[in-house]
Amino acid sequence: MNFDYSDDQKFLKDEARKFLSAHCGSDRVRAVLDDAANAYDADLWKAVGEQGWLGAAIPEQFGGLGLGHIELCAIAEELGRACAPIPFASTVYFVAEALMLYGSDTQKVRWLPRIAAGDVIGAFATSEGAGPVTARSIHTSVSGGKLTGEKIPVTDGDVADLIIVLARDGLYLVEKGAGVTAEVLETLDPTRSAARLSFNDAPCEKLGSDDGIAAMQTVFDRAAVLLAFEQLGGADRCLEMAKGYALDRYAFGRQIGGYQAIKHKLADMYVKNELARSNAYYGAWALNADAAELPLAAATARVAASDAYWFASKENIQTHGGMGFTWESDCHLYYRRSRQLALVAGSPAAWRERLVGQLEMRNAA
Amino acid sequence: MDFKDSDAEATYRAAARAWLYAHIAEHDAGHYPDDMTRAKAWQARKAAGGYACITWPQEWGGGGGTPIESVIFGQEEAKHAVDGSYFTIGLGMCVPTVMAYADDATKHRFVGPAVRGDEIWSQLFSEPAGGSDVAAIRARAVRAKNADGSDDWVINGQKVWTSGAHYSDYGIVLVRTNPDVPKHQGLTMFWLDLKAPGIEIRPIHQMSGGSSFNEVWFEDVRIADAQRLGPVDGGWKVALFTLMNERLAIGTSGGVGPEDILAFAAQANGADGPLLKDTAFRQTLADWWVQSEGLRNTRMRTITALSKGQVPGPESSIGKIVAANQLQAIGNTAVEAGDQYGIISDPALTPLKGAFHAATMWAPGLRIAGGTDEILKNIIAERVLGLPGEIRVDKDQAFRDLPVGA
Repeated sequence: MNFDYSDDQKFLKDEARKFLSAHCGSDRVRAVLDDAANAYDADLWKAVGEQGWLGAAIPEQFGGLGLGHIELCAIAEELGRACAPIPFASTVYFVAEALMLYGSDTQKVRWLPRIAAGDVIGAFATSEGAGPVTARSIHTSVSGGKLTGEKIPVTDGDVADLIIVLARDGLYLVEKGAGVTAEVLETLDPTRSAARLSFNDAPCEKLGSDDGIAAMQTVFDRAAVLLAFEQLGGADRCLEMAKGYALDRYAFGRQIGGYQAIKHKLADMYVKNELARSNAYYGAWALNADAAELPLAAATARVAASDAYWFASKENIQTHGGMGFTWESDCHLYYRRSRQLALVAGSPAAWRERLVGQLEMRNAA
Repeated sequence: MDFKDSDAEATYRAAARAWLYAHIAEHDAGHYPDDMTRAKAWQARKAAGGYACITWPQEWGGGGGTPIESVIFGQEEAKHAVDGSYFTIGLGMCVPTVMAYADDATKHRFVGPAVRGDEIWSQLFSEPAGGSDVAAIRARAVRAKNADGSDDWVINGQKVWTSGAHYSDYGIVLVRTNPDVPKHQGLTMFWLDLKAPGIEIRPIHQMSGGSSFNEVWFEDVRIADAQRLGPVDGGWKVALFTLMNERLAIGTSGGVGPEDILAFAAQANGADGPLLKDTAFRQTLADWWVQSEGLRNTRMRTITALSKGQVPGPESSIGKIVAANQLQAIGNTAVEAGDQYGIISDPALTPLKGAFHAATMWAPGLRIAGGTDEILKNIIAERVLGLPGEIRVDKDQAFRDLPVGA
């Protein structure tokens, strides 16, 4: 039993932090936020590709580093901490994972090396409107090898080269091109772009079996663990910011961090973050080992991380007082990202429901 | 990260499991006059098998094992209905303090019997005026010369909230030996025999109906200077050593958990079918599960740190805050689920033999014992996050000059 990163993994994580502090300061996040035409930071994307991070968990035979998912979790934690404005999650946690799970050899050989090299941006298109994605909510269909329907919102849908689409009878690979149109959407977190994608007889290729909802959920389980690490990184950064401000700011002749109301708020943040970290570690192990516990561990990690990041990001603003509500403060970058990450693979309520469903199944077994 | 046993750990687990199955029948079926005798017999059996105080050196009666082996045995033992609560405070807090601060003769006299469960220990710190403010101690010890010139001490005063004092044999006690200096600088720690003349132990009747705590009164209790643990007036540092272990021990308190209320909710009536099908209930249940798992996995991270030679820090404070509040919430949710019937607490008429009702009535105590929620949050804020300490107006004043209230 060992419930921590190994020394090698810690080294990788430290290097990732150094790299991102040099290449992804909040000025870079703001550049994407302030410029509506900028869907992501292309220079950072290129640099991250050169680091090999996109292929960290992709086997060497498909052009990746073949390290494993715990290493990818370590990278995810740092990306979340930096609030990195790049389509990393869409491409790596969703599309690469789906290809590794369900792709034929031909599909893997075709796409994975290009993803690992940073030449392809991916998007995972499931939602067709408000509310959770279920068999009844999906109208997109395929006929004669052509896909028709509308997906909204699709994170990174406007910049994706390869889109995995959930249709009524399974997952499909669709390349940007004929029959695909994208309309950029206004969202809570403009540092991560999203689009309405319309498919009109778009050429497509089947990915895996016919049960699309089950396949989507399996991809979500894997992505949930990785997203939990991004959320954890963001939540930790919020706590650090709040702590820094509480020590710098004086009121009534004292550091505001000396007031119990602030101390207890920060202690609550710490408690939630540590529970989230512990659950994320367990999820990382389940993901890496492909353990039978993965669905339950993933739901546990995701609920804990969504809760921790929401709490940390909103109470960070509160701790900063009026300063925290200004555009110039970085607090809102994390508040925005906490909302984006909490919903991108299904809402916290949906994950709580899934968690209890897993417990029921386990008890019935 | 590896959440599975290594080969060596699997071997240890198999041996522990086999040992438990070989001995548990006698524990379960054996004829003992009372629960304590049963608990003592089990503790002795564990000590003989090398499963008591697993991480302590064998020369002191421990198992000479690793922190992870201790966790593994704990996991296996938890599958059986074994009550080790009589020994938690002694082996978790008092005896480690004795081992760290007493002379060799004292250690040889006491450690082995405590490990074997022959003798039970209590911790006597709290007083009516000093719960969270532990150092506000008024119980006094003054020097008394013996005829041969050696030193004795005479203790007078009162302790309170002393868990298990009525069945304990020995205790460690923190008393004031110098009232003329600021409060932290005038305390001294001793061990003592709780059956000594002048000690009176009175049970406290709790709001839950039970009596697990006591008031302990000292009237001219005479003890030898050899019973001192650490320097004269240097007791605060010794007390901190004890308290560091306390939160780790109390944080693992049992009681009803998510699994229990899940099983209950599958049977209990909700507004529209079983309670377990109620959406709001399911959302809350998920949060409890997330907290419990978070604590379990946090403990595992602590064990990993210990196994790498690191010292447990104030992080363990989070365990008690979360567990105590969750116990209160789970207990009360099951009580409220009964609607009008929920007020009935008769074990014969209530789910799980009254365990949810008992949790509701015990949780307020757990939220206070070993440090209130508020004190533990201060500890996290100050010692983990490095925020400023509380303003202490008594910091530089002599203890005798401090204002006193009730």
